[in-house]
Amino acid sequence: MSDASHVSDVVLQTRDLVRTFGGGRTLFGGQKPTVYAVRGIDVAVRKGETLGIVGESGCGKSTLARMLVGLDRPTEGNITLTGSDMNDLIARDRHALSRRIQYVFQDPISSLNPRKLIRETLAAPLRYLRGLSGDALNQRMAELMDAVNLRPEFLDRYPHEFSGGQAQRVGIARALAAEPEIIVLDEPVSALDVSVQAQVLNLLADLKKKFGLTYVFISHDLSVVEAVSDRVAVMYFGRVVEQAKGRALFDKPQHPYTRLLLDSAPVPGKRGLTVEDASAELPDPLSPPPGCAFAPRCPRAQDDCVAKVPDAQYGLENHDAACFHPLNPVTSA
Amino acid sequence: MTSNAVTGPNSNPHTNAKKRSARPSAFKLLARNQLALMGAVILVLVVLIVIITPILPLPDPDATDPAQRLLRPLADGHFLGTDHLGRDLLSRLIWGTRVSLAVGISASLVAALFGSAIGIVSGYFGGRTDNIMMRGIDMLMAFPYILLALAIVAALGPGLMNALYAIAVVNIPFFARNIRGVTVGIAHREFVDAAKLSGKGHVRIILTEILPNVMPVIVITISTTVGWMILETAGLSFLGLGAQPPQADLGSMLGEGRKLITTAMHLSAIPGAMIFVLVMSINLLGDGIRDVLDPRLKSGALARPAPLTRIDRTDEGAGTTYPDDTILAVDELRTEFVLGDDSYKAVGGVSFHVGKNECVGLVGESGSGKSVTALSLLGLVASPPGTIVGGRVMFDGKDVYGMSEDDVRDIRGGKAAYVFQDPLSTLHPLFSIGDQLVEAIRAHNAVSYKDAWAKAVELLGMVRIPNPQSRADNYPHQLSGGMRQRVGIAMALANEPRLIIADEPTTALDVTVQAQILKLMNNLRNDHGTSVLFITHDFGVVSEICDRVAVMYAGRIVEMGTTEQVLHHPAHPYTKRLIDCVPRLGEPDRRTSAIPGLPPAVNNLPAGCAFADRCDRVEDACRVGSIAFDDLGEGHGVRCIKPMEGADV
Repeated sequence: MSDASHVSDVVLQTRDLVRTFGGGRTLFGGQKPTVYAVRGIDVAVRKGETLGIVGESGCGKSTLARMLVGLDRPTEGNITLTGSDMNDLIARDRHALSRRIQYVFQDPISSLNPRKLIRETLAAPLRYLRGLSGDALNQRMAELMDAVNLRPEFLDRYPHEFSGGQAQRVGIARALAAEPEIIVLDEPVSALDVSVQAQVLNLLADLKKKFGLTYVFISHDLSVVEAVSDRVAVMYFGRVVEQAKGRALFDKPQHPYTRLLLDSAPVPGKRGLTVEDASAELPDPLSPPPGCAFAPRCPRAQDDCVAKVPDAQYGLENHDAACFHPLNPVTSA
Repeated sequence: MTSNAVTGPNSNPHTNAKKRSARPSAFKLLARNQLALMGAVILVLVVLIVIITPILPLPDPDATDPAQRLLRPLADGHFLGTDHLGRDLLSRLIWGTRVSLAVGISASLVAALFGSAIGIVSGYFGGRTDNIMMRGIDMLMAFPYILLALAIVAALGPGLMNALYAIAVVNIPFFARNIRGVTVGIAHREFVDAAKLSGKGHVRIILTEILPNVMPVIVITISTTVGWMILETAGLSFLGLGAQPPQADLGSMLGEGRKLITTAMHLSAIPGAMIFVLVMSINLLGDGIRDVLDPRLKSGALARPAPLTRIDRTDEGAGTTYPDDTILAVDELRTEFVLGDDSYKAVGGVSFHVGKNECVGLVGESGSGKSVTALSLLGLVASPPGTIVGGRVMFDGKDVYGMSEDDVRDIRGGKAAYVFQDPLSTLHPLFSIGDQLVEAIRAHNAVSYKDAWAKAVELLGMVRIPNPQSRADNYPHQLSGGMRQRVGIAMALANEPRLIIADEPTTALDVTVQAQILKLMNNLRNDHGTSVLFITHDFGVVSEICDRVAVMYAGRIVEMGTTEQVLHHPAHPYTKRLIDCVPRLGEPDRRTSAIPGLPPAVNNLPAGCAFADRCDRVEDACRVGSIAFDDLGEGHGVRCIKPMEGADV
């Protein structure tokens, strides 16, 4: 994960990505409520890097992840994959997209069909995306199991016979089977026990090096994101509120929300968390506030915060936050 | 929680495979249900008879013989007598049963095929497809079914085949709605998304991913509708719209017999009895099959656990003495689950104590026995299958396992209260939070509703819920996760407990909310002098709130000491490695070394140290005999023969 491995070509980029749910009209012409899950996201991922996306529940990070792999379509905005529009890619050949970008699910057990052998689950991407069959298929499956440190006889077992960590390795093997350039990892270790969590994180790091993968790593756990990411985007209420290189973001957070997250995470051996006022209300996703969504909770909020949404210029090298009154303003962009 | 201890995600595949054979098979389960077994036996007999009907030495069922008409049963040459045309009744009954059974089963299969297809497609695609298909089904259901069947037969003309179509069509909505409901649940599961990303098309996903998971429900629905279908066929034939003379089926026999019911009752009684026996046997068997296949019933929803865990102690602890201000003392507690031939030693001899105003952390991974320990304290482990097989729990100086049921119930929610991980599943969805608090207060105190309500509002204020007055009228779903957990804590505080047992109370919460809840618990402890047993897997949370901490592994405490001792100078290799394998905020370059392997299954514990197989300091002596819990002084103890001295983390 050194800087030398960075090549300046962007492989995945989103522009003004918006996803709403509901809306439209009822049978009698009434307005149905609209939930704003993702409210305009611009992120870019460079080849070979790990972009960490961190945020709390309900901030829209899973919706974003699903859009990135084509399981969901944006309401507005677009996603480009090495320059070509994702909508075009899906329209032309869905399989082509799945060959380039894959997904690892949060819950390893429920991402495997309980009534199918691991062999059948793992064969699907090889057969339908890579067109393998017969001996070639079997050989490739053995290679994949080896890559994720599972014994080949595990192929003939059912998901319920696996521990969480083993099942997540199968999930990773399935993603690898498509030979993708990018893997979107949606909370890949949060359902695992801590001792197994490290096994899977180390495996992910090894695979990245071995196959030259690009990761989008989504998590609510700041310490995990800090440990794996080259760059980090912090999400709050459907928007990216701060983005920077990992070290910079964790050392000198600009957005008060990032500061709050960092202060709230308990660290072994340390005592005395800073705690925000409990009466702070979370924004309503049915009617987003006109200004900064964090303003009602923010100790630095002023009049301009509730009037207008602060803007930010997120680039590949800089550090910026969507905040009118940032904590550690940087002089150079 | 008990099931988690038994089939915890960390038990390895070998033991799981073994476990599977220990559980009774579906067939055995079915055989255990005697009514279902009886139904099965009768049905098999009937089916056998109707299958071999053509080779049975029976007279032609349609051969009339007016000279022999209306013979009573047991007449010469006609065992069940003859009908008004002199046809042999036994022969007609068996041939008729054959027809009725065939039509009933075929109609079920046809209805299942089309109904399931509609249900799956509708549930899988959802949206507009779902809307159009289900509104069609609704229209079909809006007609009284018998009227619809009559209309179909009237349009197609009478006849068995047409009756079959009619009954099948009438029953399609039943299947479609049932299957759609199940499919909607499955279509949004992650493995379906995974299949999409694996390049499978919709047809393939429906056939290979959805169908195998819906199949049990289809089978259950068929097994419970076949009997119904036979009745409906009989009904149509009875009305003269099904089987046409001279062909016999149970319904038409009943219809013909009806005209002579006063003179020759056996003509209608015999087919009537046959219908009864057939439908009854099918329904009994169907219910049995449903009980076996339905996962909710399988998981023991029908078993009613005892109000107190079964206690069958072989010993009453080692008699260790604890300091005077001890609220809770646990002495060599052992809890086991017996499933089939296996016994799972979920808690295998746990000793610790909690002093007044003290917070003790119980740390471990899933399956380490920490939750079962917490539940065992006040006999909350479900029995069956759980049993407390040894040890002693002293609460406030009294032996909990020697108390009467009423006394234990008095302590629960009174002097000792639990806070669980998921507040949404512990709060009742249909009562306002105020009412639930009132209930908790009035269960232990004889106070008026009004006073209890005032106290409930005060409690909500105490856990810092804004506007407690109006919030008390809210229902759980109207509150955020953090707010719900506050209510859970308020409920625990309702009767000014001396001990709060908190089982992963912040694990399901966001970090910002977790910080608030931890602070709240700390404040409450300081203000009220409450003791806390805090169960968690997170050493960060432990540092924040606990005075002392016990680390559990495979059902036993492997290390115990002050938070400072355990976190900064761990003596057990497991503790050290557990601390090391978690990334730490602010130290991105710190090496996180994973612990290889998995914890042992608690039904198959090795001799010696349970951690030996994963330990890099293991010696031969580690695998022999039981490892004693050694005192390292100053309250620090470890279950290791080669403790790490002063290891700094």
